[in-house]
Amino acid sequence: MRVLMFGWEFPPHIAGGLGTACYGLTRSLGKLGVDVNFVVPRAYGDEDQRFVRVVNASDVNATYTSAPVDTAEQELWRRVKFYEIDSNMVPYVTPEDFEKERKAFEESGCNAIHSQIGGDVWKERYTFSGKYGANLMEEVARYATVAAQVARDLEGQFDVIHAHDWLTYYAGMAAKRVSGKPLVVHIHATEYDRSGESVNPEVHAIEKAGMSAADMVMAVSHLTRNIVINRYGIDPSKVVTVHNAVRFAEGQEIEVERGVKDKVVTFLGRITYQKGPDYFVEAAAKVLKRTKNVRFVMAGSGDMMNHVIRRVAKLGIADKFHFTGFLRGDDVKKMFAMSDVYIMPSVSEPFGISPLEAMKSNVPTIISKQSGVAEVLDYAIKVDYWDIDAMADAIYGLVTYPALAHIFAEKGLQEVNAMKWDKAAGEVLDVYEKACAMAK
Amino acid sequence: MNKTICFHFNVHQPLRLKTYRFFNMGKDHNYLDMSANRAVVQRVAADCYLPMNNLLLEMIEQYQGAFKVSFSISGLAVEQLKHYAPEALESFKQLAATGCVEFVAGSYCHSLSSLVEGKEFEQEVKAEVAMIKKEFGQTPTTFANTELIYSDAIGDRVAAMGFKAMVTEGAKHVLGWKSADYIYANALNQKLRIALRNYKLSDDISLNFGGGAINADLFMEWLGATNGEVVNHVMGYDTFGERQKASTGIFDFMKALVGKVVAAEGMEFATVGEAAAAHQPIGVLHCPHPMSWADEERDITAWLGNELQNEAFSKLYDMQSNVNKLGSDDFNYVWNFMKASDNFYYMATKWFSDGDAQHYVNPYDSSYAAFINYMNVLSDCQIEVEKALEEKKAAKKKTTKTA
Repeated sequence: MRVLMFGWEFPPHIAGGLGTACYGLTRSLGKLGVDVNFVVPRAYGDEDQRFVRVVNASDVNATYTSAPVDTAEQELWRRVKFYEIDSNMVPYVTPEDFEKERKAFEESGCNAIHSQIGGDVWKERYTFSGKYGANLMEEVARYATVAAQVARDLEGQFDVIHAHDWLTYYAGMAAKRVSGKPLVVHIHATEYDRSGESVNPEVHAIEKAGMSAADMVMAVSHLTRNIVINRYGIDPSKVVTVHNAVRFAEGQEIEVERGVKDKVVTFLGRITYQKGPDYFVEAAAKVLKRTKNVRFVMAGSGDMMNHVIRRVAKLGIADKFHFTGFLRGDDVKKMFAMSDVYIMPSVSEPFGISPLEAMKSNVPTIISKQSGVAEVLDYAIKVDYWDIDAMADAIYGLVTYPALAHIFAEKGLQEVNAMKWDKAAGEVLDVYEKACAMAK
Repeated sequence: MNKTICFHFNVHQPLRLKTYRFFNMGKDHNYLDMSANRAVVQRVAADCYLPMNNLLLEMIEQYQGAFKVSFSISGLAVEQLKHYAPEALESFKQLAATGCVEFVAGSYCHSLSSLVEGKEFEQEVKAEVAMIKKEFGQTPTTFANTELIYSDAIGDRVAAMGFKAMVTEGAKHVLGWKSADYIYANALNQKLRIALRNYKLSDDISLNFGGGAINADLFMEWLGATNGEVVNHVMGYDTFGERQKASTGIFDFMKALVGKVVAAEGMEFATVGEAAAAHQPIGVLHCPHPMSWADEERDITAWLGNELQNEAFSKLYDMQSNVNKLGSDDFNYVWNFMKASDNFYYMATKWFSDGDAQHYVNPYDSSYAAFINYMNVLSDCQIEVEKALEEKKAAKKKTTKTA
């Protein structure tokens, strides 16, 4: 099986979970003998006028894993070929933000919301702004044009097209039209997850067009699958759930000397409405009424941060509720290592990788029932995001009863270690085969 | 009777906190950005304290008692001058020795303790008085609170400590039709005389001078046009050389203005304490709610105006009794700089981010950043204080047992 895959990002240049997911998936597909031609947008400077460049996959990979790449690993990556398309498409940015950013960048040479998407991503892609589309939609269309060219150039070298999330749907559709090969779209998040009810109609339209044009649709959870069926009106028979897995970057365990004796309950993520930060604050206040030896940490930044800080002050718990701002790299690991409870109270979360990272660090975890990851985890406490009493209860239990925390930490680690991309890749391969069979 | 002209300068330097994150808690108890503190104090000493003190000394010598000024200087500022700019402290001492400079008491930490019940305020004033006695050889009888914060009740507390006069803002909403250019009496204890700041003329020097339209002749005209008995110019001392850079001609202006006032018929200089003693109060000033010299509102909302400030303030003063119980120099040191009103000022959200004049001293990007940093430090300090208290208790138990 040979795949032409359209993504947004690939390690090490990642701003969020999609890049890591693509990494884990392509690696395991490689193991199953699938050849992957991976196309990513990436802007370069004036020195290169070609639209597409082919990059040695092991080069890309080498910068990601810090350990020396062994030969088996190299063998694996020989199956993956990279095509980088000059483009300033940036993941996790709405068309509105794109416009704002572009203007800000042109005026000042630096970006305004870098803390949310990781500063270097934008800078890297936007240094030579004049060459590219003036807005995100134009850029998406331009990416599709180039994608069609790539598909033409690679004619006969792939059997199926795989497109990740809406930015690449036009590209996938164009490739399908050119090559006549079946299209599989992969839904990591929908516009409803990103924007709640105030969806951007243009983005919604692209999503719907992509899903409709696809031969098969993969969703990262049943939750997302239901959204695809109910909100986008896609035929249920062609929508499949393929749960994400997790692959942890090789790296030494971080030893952290704990500063505070109190138990630490951590929220780590963007402080936006979708992540449910305000429910966490209310639950924290309830817990603090019962026990004093616990502290709460909100790590991240986002448009609701100031609101949350004010609420914390108003509740009078600011000496027990701390904000770290946006964390990266080792600071994230450090934060996990210092935590006694991890909580993800998301209002809507297609999947949610971060609880798995917490569990990998031996941290008992509370997740909302409205997250996709809740479908695959047994050893995480699940609560409704709005049920602050249940949330407070769970936090109190985990910080007060060592036996409970111990069980969740130990079994949780086993559970998360058993989640392999190999399984997910097998399911993806099934979907490819089904799509090919349908197309025939 | 001559019109009395007063200049009162307020000297204060807060101790700036370093970026203190959650990760520092429990491990790192050095809360201060020492290099920033040193840099600021040394810069202000070089640009303002030293040149302005020299100018004042020169003029005092030249006019042989006809020129007088008064100062209030916070304990935190004196501590820092001692460490980072001893030559500036020395020149303040020289001023004190001339006999023409009155040192007015304030709160040692430039704090908001006067807004809190209990003995914290009184303790701070006591420390300030002791400091002035030690450093400048004077026993202050006049009081100027942090940011000129004043209310009937605060005045009453100040009077109970034996002060004869207090300086505060000539706020319009308190005065109504009355003029700031007279001496008034406190409403609860009429023995305490109240001297009021003429904010119009004070601001013309401290805020508006840089525009270039103001010169000594014009200012003399304005002084002549005032109808009252006393004109109090009260301003931050950093007006000279910092807010108004030397290049604006502020030093020359002061030199010229002082010369003209000394030469003028019907005008004389006095310190604020002398002026308050020399003139009879013409009425009682009622001020039931705390006021200050800050902003258009002249109230205390610059420091206690939003939930962030209220939370930080109440959490800080919750620690008061524990810190007092400990009586440790280390913890008192931290307690002192944490109380400084500046910490709360940085958390204000009432101004828009348009490069307001108020913001030029703010080391934080936003009120929220200021709040987070302050609360992290405060939380760590809280833990340490509780730990120390427990150790103290345990040690006490041990000694009583062995005894």
